[in-house]
Amino acid sequence: MVDLSVKIGKLKLKNPVMAASGTFGPEYGELTDINSLGAYITKTITLKPRQGNPPPRIAETASGMLNSIGLENNGVEDFIKDKLPKLSKIKIPIIVSIAGEYDNELKELAKRLNKIKRINALELNLSCPNIKRAPLGFARGRQGAQMIAQDKDATYEIVKAVRRSTALTVIVKLSPNVTDITEIAKAAESAGADSVSLVNTFLGIAVDIETKRPKLGNVTGGLSGPAIKPLALKFVRDAYKCVKIPVIGIGGIMDYKDAIEFMLCGAAAVQIGTANFVNPDTSIEIIGGIRKYLAINKIKDARSLIGKLEI
Amino acid sequence: MKRLQCGISENEKIAQSFYKMRVESLYLARNSKPGQFIEVQCSDGIEPLLRRPLGVHRILKNGIDLLYEVVGKGTAMLSEKKAGEEIDLIGPLGNGFMLNEKTILVAGGIGIAPLLALAEQLAYSKKQKIHVFIGAKTKEHIICAEDFKKIGCDVSVSTEDGSRGYKGLVTNLLNKLFDDETIKPSNDTTIYACGPVGMLKTVARIAKTNQIPCQVSLEERMACGVGVCLGCPVKVKGGEYKMVCKDGPVFNAEEIAW
Ligand SMILES: Cc1cc2nc3c(=O)[nH]c(=O)nc-3n(C[C@H](O)[C@H](O)[C@H](O)COP(=O)(O)OP(=O)(O)OC[C@H]3O[C@@H](n4cnc5c(N)ncnc54)[C@H](O)[C@@H]3O)c2cc1C
Ligand SMILES: Cc1cc2nc3c(=O)[nH]c(=O)nc-3n(C[C@H](O)[C@H](O)[C@H](O)COP(=O)(O)O)c2cc1C
Ligand code: FES
Repeated sequence: MVDLSVKIGKLKLKNPVMAASGTFGPEYGELTDINSLGAYITKTITLKPRQGNPPPRIAETASGMLNSIGLENNGVEDFIKDKLPKLSKIKIPIIVSIAGEYDNELKELAKRLNKIKRINALELNLSCPNIKRAPLGFARGRQGAQMIAQDKDATYEIVKAVRRSTALTVIVKLSPNVTDITEIAKAAESAGADSVSLVNTFLGIAVDIETKRPKLGNVTGGLSGPAIKPLALKFVRDAYKCVKIPVIGIGGIMDYKDAIEFMLCGAAAVQIGTANFVNPDTSIEIIGGIRKYLAINKIKDARSLIGKLEI
Repeated sequence: MKRLQCGISENEKIAQSFYKMRVESLYLARNSKPGQFIEVQCSDGIEPLLRRPLGVHRILKNGIDLLYEVVGKGTAMLSEKKAGEEIDLIGPLGNGFMLNEKTILVAGGIGIAPLLALAEQLAYSKKQKIHVFIGAKTKEHIICAEDFKKIGCDVSVSTEDGSRGYKGLVTNLLNKLFDDETIKPSNDTTIYACGPVGMLKTVARIAKTNQIPCQVSLEERMACGVGVCLGCPVKVKGGEYKMVCKDGPVFNAEEIAW
């Protein structure tokens, strides 16, 4: 028997495979078995409802896709009253993804969710590329930075504020749209994050040359899927080398081989996003694949793969 | 809804750039409703990456038909598939049409695809007269007219270049029906429409003017097809978004913020 379990903060996962925020949920119904995964991560929620961006919100690109959903959600109250009760069939840890433009918003969200038993951890989405407002609500935030995760001081302050308002495990989701990921990852760690997850999507544009218009209603969107995997691996390795907290690898994972590449580059766990749309069973197949890989290579414990890139 | 590997029993070109694929699946035959759709995996690799939504064109005893127009990479790859091969499908998805008594069907271009399943079901269950309006660019783009006639529908055809039937837009043809008091449909008639959004908007207006109900089948770019990614919004009256894949693809025309 191989051991796939992994610890992220206080959270114990039976295996290191989760579905990424915004790409997976009970909507898949009988198509797949959510309870086989290491954990379930919700679509990002915000304090107040958000309508999201105008259509089209999706454009396919070479081996990937751009999305500009824009964090459409009905807000935290609706989540607690309406969505959470519907997740009663989920037996694995539930990680709630939260976002906000101001530190007060995130603090408030963290407080609201802190007391709810069924919630096991928070993923702070500081890296959504699809919301326009610049974060202004904190003292040292660089004005004009589109995302909190593009500014190390803003990241530090927000994570600190959330850390103070919750006892839950806090995972901080980082953006690849930065010059130096190490300073952001270190800021999150020193502010008390239990883990960092990366990457969120890469900002991009696709153009319809017949109409000369952007293919997305929001003009720009976030790139995901196999196209971003080599880039994401580099980000994960850089982050792994500079922090001690577990790193969760995300970006273009389609099968167990991709997942193991991420683990070798330093990921303690992985998240699967776009691949769910192609095959809702991707995560389950990856868990089986990792198990087999470990058995064949006579490795007892998935944790011993983490960061073992041989150079 | 299920994910299925289905055998392809037929995949034929039926007209310029239009193909019909017959897939074998008892599950889809028994569970599909007119107006629902299937997420079709066009390639075996990652190019194109996402599935493509295609309407249920006919519901048969042992499977379903898909009717598609080759417009890009995904549909081009579909057209290369051969009988005897397998295809990866997720479906049936979406809500489907609500069946009513007296009906007019309006199709623009490939919008004809889901309307045949509907007409067959209506003809079978309601034993009524169905009037079908089919509009397309040229006579080469008029497909399925014979299939509708075979099940007893009245068929009116329009082409933009006048190469077959009425010359002009299918909505003009529809308007003529409503303008003539002697043949004007009664208020208990329902219009079902599928086609380009401009056409649907006009059909919705005609229905509203004449105070008759209208159901439209909408299209939007899709990723998941099940309502999880929030990628396929349509704005409804009141200003909020609904998802075409999960709340639709069939909507009451009245509901849409055109
Ligand atoms: C619910 C639903 C049912 C559909 N049913 C049918 C059907 O029965 N038969 C059929 O031929 N087509 C149908 N379509 C449209 C079909 O999904 C697209 O034509 C197809 O995805 C194009 O894929 P492609 O890779 O060949 O083209 P791409 O290379 O992706 O694009 C080529 C062209 O097609 C357009 N297009 C791409 N995706 C869509 C889409 N989802 N909706 C509308 N236009 C699109 C693009 O704007 C572009 O101009 C349906 C769409 C929806 C949403
Ligand atoms: C349609 C779509 C919606 C997404 N929504 C969210 C979201 O709400 N919150 C979030 O943190 N990330 C969101 N993401 C980003 C993914 O969680 C993931 O970080 C990214 O897609 C890269 O992984 P992938 O290449 O495996 O998809 C979304 C991605 C897609 C494609
Ligand atoms: S395609 Fe994902 S919500 Fe409709």
